[in-house]
Amino acid sequence: MLGPARYWREVPQRYRYEAAKCAKCGKVFFPPRLVCNKCHSKEFTQTTLAQTGSIETFTVIRVAPTGFGDEAPYAVGIIKLDDGVRITAQITDCELDKLDIGQKVRLEFRRLGKEGESGILRYGYKFVPVA
Amino acid sequence: MRDVAVIGVGMNHWGELWEKSLRNLWTEAALEAVEHAGVDRVDAMTVGCMSSGLFVGQEHLGAMLADQLGMGPIPGTRVESACASGGLAFRQAYLAVASGVSDIVLATGVEKMTDVDGGAATYALSAAADQEYEGYHGITFPGLYAMMARAHMKAFGTTRRQLACVAAKNHDNGLLNPLAQYQMKVTPEGVMASVPVADPLGVLDCSPITDGAAAVVLVPVELAKKMGRPYIRVAASAQTTDTLALHDREELHSLAGTAKAAAMAYKEAGIGPKDLSFAEVHDCFTIAEIMVTEGLGLFEKGKGGPAAEAGVTALGGKIPINTSGGLKSKGHPVGATGIAQVREVFLQLTGQADKRQVKNPRWGLTQNMGGTGASTLIHIFERA
Amino acid sequence: MDVGIVGWGAYVPRHRIKVEEIAKVWGSDAEAYKKGLMLREKSVPTPDQDTITISVEAARNALRRAKIDPQKIGALYIGSESHPYAVKPSGTVVAEAIGAFPSIHVADFEFACKAGSEGMFVALSLVKAGQVEYAMGIGADTSQGAPGDALEFSAAAGGAAFLFGGKPEEIAAVCEHTYSFTTDTPDFWRREYQFYPRHAGRFTGEPAYFKHVLSCAKRTMEIANLTPKDFQWAVFHQPNGKFPARAATELGFQKSQWEQGWLAPTLGNTYSGASPMGLSAILDVAKPGDRILMVSYGSGAGSDGFVWRVTDQVTKLQPLARHTRAQLEDRPIYLDYGTYAKFRGKIHKVTE
Ligand SMILES: [Zn+2]
Repeated sequence: MLGPARYWREVPQRYRYEAAKCAKCGKVFFPPRLVCNKCHSKEFTQTTLAQTGSIETFTVIRVAPTGFGDEAPYAVGIIKLDDGVRITAQITDCELDKLDIGQKVRLEFRRLGKEGESGILRYGYKFVPVA
Repeated sequence: MRDVAVIGVGMNHWGELWEKSLRNLWTEAALEAVEHAGVDRVDAMTVGCMSSGLFVGQEHLGAMLADQLGMGPIPGTRVESACASGGLAFRQAYLAVASGVSDIVLATGVEKMTDVDGGAATYALSAAADQEYEGYHGITFPGLYAMMARAHMKAFGTTRRQLACVAAKNHDNGLLNPLAQYQMKVTPEGVMASVPVADPLGVLDCSPITDGAAAVVLVPVELAKKMGRPYIRVAASAQTTDTLALHDREELHSLAGTAKAAAMAYKEAGIGPKDLSFAEVHDCFTIAEIMVTEGLGLFEKGKGGPAAEAGVTALGGKIPINTSGGLKSKGHPVGATGIAQVREVFLQLTGQADKRQVKNPRWGLTQNMGGTGASTLIHIFERA
Repeated sequence: MDVGIVGWGAYVPRHRIKVEEIAKVWGSDAEAYKKGLMLREKSVPTPDQDTITISVEAARNALRRAKIDPQKIGALYIGSESHPYAVKPSGTVVAEAIGAFPSIHVADFEFACKAGSEGMFVALSLVKAGQVEYAMGIGADTSQGAPGDALEFSAAAGGAAFLFGGKPEEIAAVCEHTYSFTTDTPDFWRREYQFYPRHAGRFTGEPAYFKHVLSCAKRTMEIANLTPKDFQWAVFHQPNGKFPARAATELGFQKSQWEQGWLAPTLGNTYSGASPMGLSAILDVAKPGDRILMVSYGSGAGSDGFVWRVTDQVTKLQPLARHTRAQLEDRPIYLDYGTYAKFRGKIHKVTE
């Protein structure tokens, strides 16, 4: 079981979708990095990810890793956000056989898991289909 | 840099080896390679292993396995690059011999995967992805490759059946390899109807959980000649990385790391993809083999699926892929895979591949990758 | 100084289970629940939804309307009987998620189904006292009913958040009066370490719900010097469809006054979220000048009464976030009892 610090230090990304925008070339990094891999600049400004996007690809996980067994089957996708950034997240509140590439989704705050029966609860983002 | 040869190979019959521990597995393969090479000493050894810590709770393999080998206090180095750990162990051994630092180096790989349950194995493998931004969301390796498959299908019209043909072909090859985990024929229909793991991939699209080890001995070509034993020459060694997270790639349906490493390797060997007689590639999932054959330049992007379906990559086809049965049928003890690929190339190029022998091969290639292609090792070998 | 609501928002999970589906499993009479308690179906949280996630989404909807800098929120209170942690606040997660930290006072409230209005009451009072510029009160729950118990037909999930402020040009609904009616009445409880709450059967009716709701409503109107005719809208705690309908009728309200906030027949009982969500549904459609009576109820027991007067600002804010009833009607996904039992943690996969 992992200590809570590992969860806690990612809170700005998991709760508020804070990303770093390269001050020189404008590339957005999520999570933030210390150096831009495009122009090598070390200066960034803080930005927030767009909270809507579309499904670029997806799968339905039927054989889940430890900690996710109760939730299978569940969908995971790579979402292209409206600001162009891509992120991986679960797609929830959906009919699994009706998901499709290109479908519009928006981000919602959800519980992502728990550290066993007595450990901390882990929160973060998932996507839900837009009507 | 000196020319380097592979002169001996060893591998156990892979599978669910309940009675064997990591150290037993490894030592069997290592001793076989040493004996096969006909050497009476080893100057150094490398071992590729992805996650003995999560699989059996044992780290510090460099020392533990050098100790088991019983050839004195030689340098023992463990390397890790997820499923490409074996390929990396080979490259490190190659560099040690080529540079002149060591003369006789044992390159090995091992993974003991069946001591944990399925959920824990899936978790251990998923540690090769970005734990905080992929694994945190419950994605698995079959899931990541399934997402690449779906992107490939969308971009090129690759079909479910084309994926299935890769598995069927590799199982056909595995039937000819007595050390393969699966000695069983599967049909494309059977693959398509197999239990879903991560849509669109079924269990028969996935390489299995395997216990196994493999080892090869490297020496300078000059020494190999002097010893008068069959050998193959290492014509190129290339290693690349790509973004750890799949979502950070420019394209989700191609393997930039493989394409880049292939270009470097072809240049170093002085050949092109058309010169290859066969290749052993990282078919951890059926879609992976299709994307790798495209990345290697054997087929244009999007043409890998049709080629697999048409039998171009079958034994006896224009460019046989994974004559050993590949990861799919031979098994995929992650750290050992890259070394076992070299063993197959050795057997083929020295004419010892028996029923699966490719006719008169000259150039063979191995491609081994970690994660979703974040680490890639490519080696090209030439017949002596 | 007038203080009132400067932003509101609700959150309704998309999953539902029908009364018939539950009745089928336990051999109960579905018609009795449908007619007797006026319950048709209820919302069900997915395993990834809890009081914290519902509160975050409701708070974000409130902020979409209020459009203020979240850094100016000086207090945040969540009322719930299903805080995910026994020890560790829910409110801290919400405060960080909406960017309203670290200069903020946060607390979790618990008073059975009254905890939500309680949080609103305190948040509102702090703004009125001039302690903070803005304060948020949230009522949210993902309550559990024991398998086969009457509560299983109603215990639902949802929540609503209200942001309070004192700038006249920002206020969409002025709080004109408040009143609280409280006694010690053990009609419903959950002891430490118990998974499901227990209730006192028919004792939860007359001496509990009706006594408190009716007394609180009457006294609130008395203080305000108003009668039911002076209100366009009324909303009461709704543990089922029947109780609030009867209370409203006894007080002299017409169905047209209470129907908009009467969510229980298709939502179920969202406990701390119940009357706040009803208020949210009313604000979604209220017109400037309208008056709203809100009376909550929490077992144990007590009722909070509020008189709201809607202002011109309301029409500007209404379209800025998803309406409560629109969420309630948005593509419901119906569950069978087995999946519902899995979602609610009543059954687990053996390997976990
Ligand atoms: Zn840059």
